[in-house]
Formats: sequence, C-alpha cells, structure tokens
Amino acid sequence: MSQKNIDFLIAGIGGQGTVVASDILSDVGSESGYDVKKSDILGLAVRGGSVVSHVRWGEQVHAPMIEEGTAHFLVGFEWLETLRRLSYVHSKGTIVVNDCRLDPITVSSGQSDYPERDAIVTELKKAAKKVHVIPGLQTALDIGNARTLNIVVMGALSKLLEPSQSLWEGIVQKRVPKKLVDLNLEAFRKGRGLIR
Amino acid sequence: MKKVLLSGNEAIARGAYEAGIQVVGGYPGTPSSEILENMVQYKDIYSEWSVNEKVAMDMAAGAAYSGRRAMVTTKQVGMNVLSDSLFYAVYTGLEAGLVVVTADDPGLFSTQNEQDNRHYAKLGKFPLLEPGDSQECKDFVIKGIEMSEQFDVPVVMRTTMRTSHSKSLVTLADRQTLRGEVGPFPRNMEKYNCMCLWAKQRHPIVEQRLLNLAEYADTFPWNRIEWGERKIGIIASAVVYEYAKEVFKGASFLKLGMTYPLPKGLIREFSKGVKKLIVIEELDPFIEEQIKAMGIRCIGKEIFPVCDELLPQTLRRLAIEAKLLPKREKGRPHLSAPVNLPGRSPVLCPGCPHRTSFFLLNKMKVPVAGDIGCYNLGTLPPFSAQHTMGAMGASIGVLHGMGKSGLPEPGVATIGDSTFFHAGIPPLLNMVHNKGVGTVIIMDNSTTAMTGHQDHPGIGFTLMGEKVKKVDIYELVKAIGVEKILKVNAFDVKAMEMALKECTSYQGTAVLIAEGECVFISKDPQPPYEVDLDLCTACGICSRMGCPAIVKVNALHEKTGKRKTGIDPVLCTGCDVCRQVCPTGAIKKPEKKAA
Repeated sequence: MSQKNIDFLIAGIGGQGTVVASDILSDVGSESGYDVKKSDILGLAVRGGSVVSHVRWGEQVHAPMIEEGTAHFLVGFEWLETLRRLSYVHSKGTIVVNDCRLDPITVSSGQSDYPERDAIVTELKKAAKKVHVIPGLQTALDIGNARTLNIVVMGALSKLLEPSQSLWEGIVQKRVPKKLVDLNLEAFRKGRGLIR
Repeated sequence: MKKVLLSGNEAIARGAYEAGIQVVGGYPGTPSSEILENMVQYKDIYSEWSVNEKVAMDMAAGAAYSGRRAMVTTKQVGMNVLSDSLFYAVYTGLEAGLVVVTADDPGLFSTQNEQDNRHYAKLGKFPLLEPGDSQECKDFVIKGIEMSEQFDVPVVMRTTMRTSHSKSLVTLADRQTLRGEVGPFPRNMEKYNCMCLWAKQRHPIVEQRLLNLAEYADTFPWNRIEWGERKIGIIASAVVYEYAKEVFKGASFLKLGMTYPLPKGLIREFSKGVKKLIVIEELDPFIEEQIKAMGIRCIGKEIFPVCDELLPQTLRRLAIEAKLLPKREKGRPHLSAPVNLPGRSPVLCPGCPHRTSFFLLNKMKVPVAGDIGCYNLGTLPPFSAQHTMGAMGASIGVLHGMGKSGLPEPGVATIGDSTFFHAGIPPLLNMVHNKGVGTVIIMDNSTTAMTGHQDHPGIGFTLMGEKVKKVDIYELVKAIGVEKILKVNAFDVKAMEMALKECTSYQGTAVLIAEGECVFISKDPQPPYEVDLDLCTACGICSRMGCPAIVKVNALHEKTGKRKTGIDPVLCTGCDVCRQVCPTGAIKKPEKKAA
C-alpha cells in the first residue's frame, strides 16, 4: 500500500475500548511518519452509548473529521453500529467488523427490532469492496479477557496495513496497562491471525 | 523537540505549564473538563475545581492581581456565569497574565443552547483567540499570557468541542522561568477597585487598549494570508479553516487565529487581492458582520448555516450547491445507512441511584423542574418525568415560581449535589425567606457524575488529591432554614415513595436528600440478579425502571403471549431496585453459594 492518505472510521459502543484502539491507530500512523489527526465522538451516556472515532493518516492532515463516502477503512466493533456508519466508507474501501451483537435498550425493551445478521452483511458488502467479519469477541474471551477485544480488532486491522508488526506491538505495549502487556500482545497476534 | 499526540484540552494544559501559569481554576463541563483533569500532572501548578465558574474567575483574578500567571477553564455556558467577574477584570487589568478558556459546543453534544461565545469579546472588550488544532491550543495559551501582560488585559481563548476533543501532533517545549516571590499585594485602588468614579476613568483606557489590540492583530503570527488562486478568497478561523483547506484546495486564504479585534489591514489587503470574498464560520456571522461593517463585500451566511456543527461534508455540499466548487467526479455513490435503525439513546446507567426518583415521579405524575446533570435523563422515556431544564441551579427557582403561581398540584425540583453547590444554594435560601412551597430533591450521588466524576465540596478530597472535610448537605440545608428535611437511601423504593408523599403534601419548602453513590464510584458491587421465569408474568413494570440490564427474553407468557423479562448478567450491578418493584417476586438476588 502506498497511499498518501489513509482514513479510518471506528464505530462501537462505550466500554468496548474503541477510544484506546483509535489512540493506538493514531500512534502507529505517527510513528510511521504520517501526520495524524483524530476525533472521538462520544454520546451523552457514560456507558453503553454509540461511539465513533475518526482517524486520519496523511502527508499533511487538516480536518480531524472524515467526509462521508471517503473512509478507506470502516472498523466496526458491533453489527448495528457498523451499519449505522455505513455512509462513511468509500465504495472501494474495506470493512472490518467484529461479529458481535449488543442490543440497545430500544431493542431489549421490545420497542424495535435488531436487523438480521445476514441482512447486515449484505448491506456492508454492497457498500464496500471488501468485508472481513472477524470473531473478535470470541477470540478475546478465549484469551480470557473480554476487554482485550479492542486489541484483537487492531491486530486484525494491522494485517491490512503497511506498518510492521513490531512497530504495532511496540505501540500496544505503551498504550495498555503494564500488568496486561503479555495478554494484550497475545490478543494482538491472535487478531492478526484472523485475517488471511 | 518531541512531538506527541494530544487532544486540544491536553494541549491547553501543556500550554499552561509551558507558559509558566501557576494558578488554575474551573468548573467541570463538556467539552472543557479534561483541561483541569490534565492539569494535575503538573505538580507545581495549583489547580482546583471551584464550586462554579464565577468563583474560579474571581480566584484567578486574585492570583493575577497577586502577580501569579493564571488560567480559568469553562464550558460555553459557564461563560454566562463567569462573565460578571471577567468584565471587571477587563477594566482593572492585572499584575500577571490571565487566560480564560471557553470550550463552546456547536452541534449541542452536551449543552442546553448553541450560543457563540465569540460575541462576549465585543461586549466585554477583550482580545479573543481561536485555535484550530492541538498545536495552536498549546501555542495560544502561551501567546495569550504574553498578550495579557503586554496589554494588561485578560485574554480569552475559545475552542469548540471538535478542537478540544480532537487529537493532533504537538511539539513540546520547556516550562518558562517562573516569577519568584510575589507581593506585597498592589494597593492600587484606582486600578483594581471598580468603584464607579474610578471605573469611569478606566473606561477610556479600555477603549484605547482595544485600538492598540486592533493594530497588533495585523501582526499576530497566526493571522496570515496564504495566496493561492485569486478567484476565491476564504476567510476562516479555528477548525473551520482546517476543513476549508481540504474542501477548497488551491484557493487563497486569510487564516485568522485572533478574531477580536480583527486585523483590519490584513482583511483590506486580502479583499483587494481576490475576486470573490467568502467568510466561512461555524454558528454566528461574528467575523462576517464586522467585515461588512468595514464596507467590504463578502458572502457568508447566505450559503453556510448558523445552526449546528459545520462538518466538512456539509461545507463541500453547500459550496457545490452555491457553484463555488465544481460537481464531484461521477463514481459509485456511497451508500447511506438504512433508515429507522434502532437508536442507542442515552440512558441512566444500570445501578444508577437516580432511577428510583424518576420511577416514582413518573408514577406520581407531579410537575418537575429539572436541572443539569445525568439526572436530566429522567426527562426521557420511560420516565418522562422532568418537565423543564434550562441552566445550572434553575430548578429551585422555577419550582418557587410554580409555587407562587398557585398551581393546583404540588411541584418538585430535582438537582444533583454538585449542581446544588454550584448554583442551588441561593435559590433555596430565597425559597425559605419568601415562604416558598415545593419539594426539592437533592440527588446526592457523591460526585459530579456527568462530566467524569470530579470533586466538589461534599466530597472528602480536592482535585490535587488533598483530603478535606466534607460539607454535610443536611446540615447546610438546615442552616439555610428549611424545616422539613428528609434523608433517604435512594435505592429504597418504599422509603423514597413515603418521603416523597410526605414532602409533596407539606405546605412549605421541603427538601428530600436522596443518597446513593454513583455506580462509577461505588465500591460495593453486587452480583447480578436473576429472573424466575415461572413467576414472571411479563407485566412490564420492571421495564418502567429504564434499566439497560433489563431485557426481553424469548420465553412468552402463556396467556398474554408477551415476552418475559431477563437480566443481563454483564450489565446488572445488583442495585436491587427492580426486585422491589416486581409484583410477583420473580426478580431475585442470586442465592449465596455455600462456602
């Protein structure tokens, strides 16, 4: 990949670790020599709200926000939230989506229905050139800590990008709690293995 | 020098450190809160959460009068609270630099209105800086202190949510040499005491200073012309400049870092050099109107909206519609997300102590004057139990007005502990003094929850981690003169219901202190509850608690065919409130496993 600019949109839910993931992604870009800007958009609720991060790598980045239809990568931590941000992905872009469904209160209380998984996959495939569905949550649970989900997802994404594995791992080590470095490195490598 | 990725707010804190600022105060409020939270890493700077923005402003003025560089941080509407004090500081000037940071909220992500605080600069007659990224956030604090000392005036820096919360690369530098000992305090009353006769003498000085600042604006390093194609010339500030640079590639730009007073020389030069002059601003036409008042023709709000955050895609779409840009090359249009997706609207957290109050207020169908905090979520379904909300501390005054209007139903005000300390004490005093009738629920969750759990006088520690004596809300309310005060465990539904009934039937000012720790600071997590599906009749009463942990399961009730209730074991914190309202005893505390 020799793109001058790479734009990422990360979509998820408060508590899934998307902000730390976008910090890692930003650091990787900066360490690889890109100018970087990022913007996190958090909802009003402290837990369980919809969260989006815009991350931009480029020679010189002005705006911290991506325009609709221009993201090279849409990285989704949950089905519904990925679908919600579909307008951002470029038609030649890539979607990496974690196979995870979390019902919002509108669904759990029976007010509305959650879209069918297959229907979501169909929509995603219509919107982007390539869609990778990864069992991120299951991988994190297998490792023994659901909170490593964000690192698993970053591992998967890393396989699709130019910066080296060692560069990524160096950043992961800096960005996670010291006690959990080994666990997160395992999560990162397992995640990287999810993309072939 | 080292480059690091910082948010605008982190960069402002860093800027304060590098600028040699020694005293900082503020009150939490999105999107400004992280500035002070990041301040504490710089151990030799005194920083505090003040009880409100005005107090922070007075404290900073006192420090700057004493010869210490100082900073105040506030969210957009906090400027309304501190402006009274800021305005006198503009008249007095200072012994050391003072910067006030206001973080505005275009798009109303977490604010009750969309006011554009740049107007304050004109009203209060002070210089205004508008950074567009984190580097500028840092640089402008340093420059702001320098300007403040050069012109003897507080300097206001206005960020927006986008600038405060975005991250970009920042080059770090060392801390400036600090002033050593301070004092004695200046006894310069003609300058520092705004008694009318002296203030009258200060006013011409304020006006002359503005003229000097206008001249300086033409030399301000972040006001600059970037010549490109001359067909279109764009004047923009802050993050909007960054957006416009990408949307109008190759155009000429006048980038403004200082937007009051404006650099009139640069504006005249720029307007003469381009065919079409366009002013792009988020929110109000603050720059545009001043340029038009100079007699210069320009386009702005005819094209770009006054309302909402101005996003790059909106900017591009409107520019194309106005024929300022050619249409985009044809390609496969990007897909939009399907409409009618289930929303993920904000809700009170599982285990939130406010849940009981709103469940009961909904049940009692009383009119409720609300206030600012997480508990404003009691406005939304299924509670729909807060009928007004407008400003910090407003609930109690509004309640008093309801009482004095002779409404046929008893009124209630809801206010959190931090908001009560901020602006709730004077209106409660007023109610007592003026024989007000109504019930004030002080929802004491022992923190400033919505903005990220900051300290306040009811908590036993300060921002810098010092242990202090807690102010007892009960004793405070008693000292104010309230005769009916009840203190109840917020998680005890029956006790809360009885207390609310007692208070609302009282002919006077009643205060109900609903005590229950915010789930984020609680050190007593309980195991998740369970539902006995044999006992659940799918009546739906538990759903009225609006708890994200209460879900519908696939098991159906035999007669009604309605889906029964389940409890999400990950989300449930075992607060027990749903068990208390379940009429069939289906919701249960998990049995303790035998040791």
